[in-house]
Amino acid sequence: MNARIVVDRERCVGAGQCVLAAPEVFDSGDDGLVRVVGDTETETGTAVADGIRHAVRLCPARALSLREDG
Amino acid sequence: MTQSFPVPRTCPYAPPPEYARLREEGSLVRAELPGGQVWLVTRHSEAQQVLIDPRISTNPTNPGHPMAALVIESPSEEELRFREKYQQGHFGDMDPPGHTLYRRLLIPEFTVRQVKEMRPGIQEDVDRLIDDMLKQGSSADLVEAFALAVPSLTICRMLGLPEAGGDFFRDRMNTMIAVGSSSTQEAVTAAAEVWEYLDVLVTKAEREPGDNLVGRLVTAAAQSEEISHDALVGMTIQLLVAGHETTANMISLGVLTLLRNPGHLAALRDDPAGWPTAVEELLRYLSIVDWVGFDRVATEDVEIGGQVVRAGEGLFVLGASANRDARVFDRPDDLDLRRGARNHMAFGYGVHQCLGQNLVRAELEIAYRTLFERIPGLRVVGADDDLPFKYAGAIFGVRELPVAW
Repeated sequence: MNARIVVDRERCVGAGQCVLAAPEVFDSGDDGLVRVVGDTETETGTAVADGIRHAVRLCPARALSLREDG
Repeated sequence: MTQSFPVPRTCPYAPPPEYARLREEGSLVRAELPGGQVWLVTRHSEAQQVLIDPRISTNPTNPGHPMAALVIESPSEEELRFREKYQQGHFGDMDPPGHTLYRRLLIPEFTVRQVKEMRPGIQEDVDRLIDDMLKQGSSADLVEAFALAVPSLTICRMLGLPEAGGDFFRDRMNTMIAVGSSSTQEAVTAAAEVWEYLDVLVTKAEREPGDNLVGRLVTAAAQSEEISHDALVGMTIQLLVAGHETTANMISLGVLTLLRNPGHLAALRDDPAGWPTAVEELLRYLSIVDWVGFDRVATEDVEIGGQVVRAGEGLFVLGASANRDARVFDRPDDLDLRRGARNHMAFGYGVHQCLGQNLVRAELEIAYRTLFERIPGLRVVGADDDLPFKYAGAIFGVRELPVAW
């Protein structure tokens, strides 16, 4: 099963929680807002997927979401 | 009976004891303030809901804002004029979209990557402060010699200020912290002097922007007609105020907490890679910022935790209570330095979540680790009962921390 990260840069407040939770996937752009640097799709059940799930849960602006499809 | 508010802390390592009862009573409970009633938000989930809901405002000029209910006397004309000037650029008191405009100017300065580049500078300052402590003998007041100095030197580096600027700020900020509510005239004078200093700094940067935060801020703001010169000065002041006493109190209280828990400290000495996780737990456990900054008012009727909050009703989110909510944190009253939970409320939540949080993480980690590495025999002089804790302060902390080695 795969999960796809959806990022809403308009909502991003640059707290950096996602960068701490999943540095292989998230970084900040020159404007300091979230930028996906890894794959936007990831296999569920992996360590990276856990990091992403963590990032989604920690984002204080609820700018990240995860779409899972089979 | 309605809870009176604010409730003082009685133990340096725990929120007010009433919070546990309030949390069981409900996620939202009524409290009686001198100027009227407000809602206290006690649980983690509802605290986050309140802080993310766009129908709930932080703007103190909105009718029903709870800060007004904290005091009975109306401020004098002079105080109002003063506040009006010094509130400019104070984006912590703004709602989106105005808030977004200001915050986005500063976001690039505080990213995880930017903070990583600042770490060698912080390390250098921390090492120099410890050198000075060691040179001066075998005892010190850790608050004065170390805790207040670390954030002050860090902000000076960011703003591109000479060291004399750091001494100036530290002195004025200490006056503002020390006087608290007892003598506001002194605090007003100190704040006015800080304003004048930064006014000059911003004016210089407007003519010739340097490669530092103020220079970049001025350049970015020039593209927006909405941000005035005074607002830029106000923004810079807000950075100073937000990052100073908070960080300093976390340094001194964190050191005290670790010294009182030698087993935890020994584990960190064996495994220094555990410091970032330990910092996170100290932030949660100590919760030095409780309801200050978590003042909100509903602008429409909103249902939170099964309770309708009417438009114009004020709320205080109790960050320290949310951080001890067993619905979210297992054994919340235990200090567990390996917990690794970053969903605490120490930096708030929502669009106002602390802009400088990653800088604070770096400052705390470097300050704690270096202090215990370089002064392994560090100890507190005296018992907790003899230490001057700020039980009445808006931000919890300790005024002095006598240490020896």
